[in-house]
Amino acid sequence: MAESFATGGVGDAQLRYRDDEPCAQPAVTVEAFKGQTNATAVRLESGEDARELLAMLDRLTLVVVHFPAFTDGRGYSAARILREAGYAGELRAAGDVLVDQIRYMRRCGFDSFAPDAPLDAAAVERALGFYDHVYQPTVDGQTPVWTLRHGGDHG
Amino acid sequence: MYQYDKYDQSLVDSRVAEFRDQCERRIAGEMTEDQFKPLRLQNGLYLQLHAYMLRVAIPYGTLSGDQMRMLATIARKYDRDYGHFTTRQNIQYNWIKLEDAADILQDLSTVEMHAIQTSGNCIRNISSDQYAGASAEEAADPRPWAELLRQWSSFHPEFAHLPRKFKICVIASDTDRAAMRLHDIGIQLVENDAGELGARFYVGGGMGRTPMIAPLIREFVSADDLISYCEACLRVYNRYGRRDNKYKARIKILVHEIGAEEYKRQVEEEFAHIKTLNLDPPRAELERISEFFAPPAFDAEAPTEVDLSDPDFRIWHDQNVAEHKNPAYAIATISLKPVGGIPGDATADQMDLMADLAKQYSFDECRVTHSQNIVLPHVRKADLYALWQKLDEAGLAPANLDLIGDMIACPGLDYCSLANARSIPLAQKISQRFADQQRQKELGELKLKISGCINACGHHHAGHIGILGVDRKGVENYQLLFGGSGAEDVSLAKITGPGFTEDGVVDAIEKATDLYLAQREEGERFVDTYRRIGMEPFKEALYG
Ligand code: HEM
Ligand code: SF4
Repeated sequence: MAESFATGGVGDAQLRYRDDEPCAQPAVTVEAFKGQTNATAVRLESGEDARELLAMLDRLTLVVVHFPAFTDGRGYSAARILREAGYAGELRAAGDVLVDQIRYMRRCGFDSFAPDAPLDAAAVERALGFYDHVYQPTVDGQTPVWTLRHGGDHG
Repeated sequence: MYQYDKYDQSLVDSRVAEFRDQCERRIAGEMTEDQFKPLRLQNGLYLQLHAYMLRVAIPYGTLSGDQMRMLATIARKYDRDYGHFTTRQNIQYNWIKLEDAADILQDLSTVEMHAIQTSGNCIRNISSDQYAGASAEEAADPRPWAELLRQWSSFHPEFAHLPRKFKICVIASDTDRAAMRLHDIGIQLVENDAGELGARFYVGGGMGRTPMIAPLIREFVSADDLISYCEACLRVYNRYGRRDNKYKARIKILVHEIGAEEYKRQVEEEFAHIKTLNLDPPRAELERISEFFAPPAFDAEAPTEVDLSDPDFRIWHDQNVAEHKNPAYAIATISLKPVGGIPGDATADQMDLMADLAKQYSFDECRVTHSQNIVLPHVRKADLYALWQKLDEAGLAPANLDLIGDMIACPGLDYCSLANARSIPLAQKISQRFADQQRQKELGELKLKISGCINACGHHHAGHIGILGVDRKGVENYQLLFGGSGAEDVSLAKITGPGFTEDGVVDAIEKATDLYLAQREEGERFVDTYRRIGMEPFKEALYG
């Protein structure tokens, strides 16, 4: 379940749905990450191509995807692309991240959140609790309705 | 018709609970209007000039009698006894209170309806052919495919914050009654050489300020790949559609700027990847859905002849009744375009009556058309006369399908906060000027479409005659366009020249139709004559 942190330094997650130790390194730009072969954390801007990271997945432990505005939905595709390629490290949504976006973000593979304005943890829990079912299979592994209807457990 | 199972119902119920929570937080002041806006928009709630407007989804335009009756109930309980059927086959209510919004959604959910994704920058309600399942010429009923897409696109987590709204249309015949190629994705179901059904994809059409006709992107997508292919089309758009300028954010601009070939290449590449993820539903799901759309139990003994001895009935029959695939049945269109009326408006009583008639005469089914009419898809020929009498009594029997009186008009300045000019009073004036049935009939098929601003909700780009309301130094002014079509002969209308006043534009239309009558050759519609002789003679008549 989510661990809630007091908002700490820049780049820290307020909500984290993982049990491992958070990455201690600061996230660097994609350009810097390519050059620094010992870097393990990267920050992807919304206009940047997540596929540029695919060749370097083995040394990544944190990807921070930045949402300049909640209406900029490119980060959802970035997250799925990373998860679809097998990335298993921390995937953090940062920036203009609001309560009512968390569920879709979780479905696209985000597992930590660093919103500009801290979220009310109770409101997040409530927002995550409304729906029991999903139609579409995504990387979150929830069994979609299409599979439940036909007696399978895999999408 | 499709019926919800426990999963569909649970999802819609969840949405009501979630939206109730959001409304309560807004009313309590825990959320700003800016934060609430994208949430209410994903539930079809707009803030308009005088009140909130609620847009309710009518998936692929198909409704049961009970659903139509609920629309009437909502009009009575929460609005001013009427609703407005839209060009996207939905219904809008104009006088909604925020406090009631969640209750309305709750009422809708009791008849398997909702307002999910009827606005906002997400995948909107899927539109389709109002003759689906009734027409003889279709390759198959397109609605099972549309329903599958409805489910896929509902609450899709990756595509809820697209650059702009996204509209999908599915048809299955060469005759296009749904303006398919003016959608972001237009799908035509076709059979391949092996006799399998698949989807022909057109991507990047749309109206608005930069109208475009969608180019062909792929000739055949099999049922087993449908969802993956759609995911690929949407993902390329979500990643690369323009977000710097909302007027250039629709997929049509992306496809236009990079070119259809390049867009197609990117989609195919993405599709090759997505196809490895096993996202498509089992084939059994499309089969399960298709069973709900099996043809109704047609009466094998029913007569195939219609008694046309009543001349008034005959006029309506000739104009508003179309051929059905079963020779003993017919497709009847109820025109919501009485002389001097508001196109697409229906009162609660009229909705109740249409619900009753659907139950009595059309296997409990009706359809909403993009030209803002209602269709009863399966009427026994033997019942047409009785049906017509009841419609006529209720003012629902204008015999003007596809004639000049059957015009499309957006809400315009009477309701819409984006409008430059009024659409409704102009529609009423044109309708009155051409009220004479003989005269309308003489003019033949003539699709007139009015938008109150450049957003083109009234499809003016696709009108044989289009009218666009503009603001000229604070005065309402109307530009006239000729030569558009949203049908299989799809084309975009061209502006004639300087605009007109409200009365001026009515006169101008009359001059243009007079010219058409003088110039037409055997069998030509207005738009055919225009295409043959070109704009010049019309300009001469209008401005000369
Ligand atoms: C009254 C509230 C309404 C508002 C604020 C509104 C707003 C808009 C806007 C901003 C656009 C342009 C979108 C774009 O080009 O990206 C648009 C397009 C459109 N709207 Fe509306 N609209 C309203 C009512 C309606 C109604 C009543 C209908 C149906 C009669 C409708 C049907 C459409 C259609 C068909 C388009 C063109 C779709 C396209 O560009 O492909 N809208 N609307
Ligand atoms: S065309 Fe313009 S005026 Fe008409 S409904 Fe759309 S936004 Fe409003």
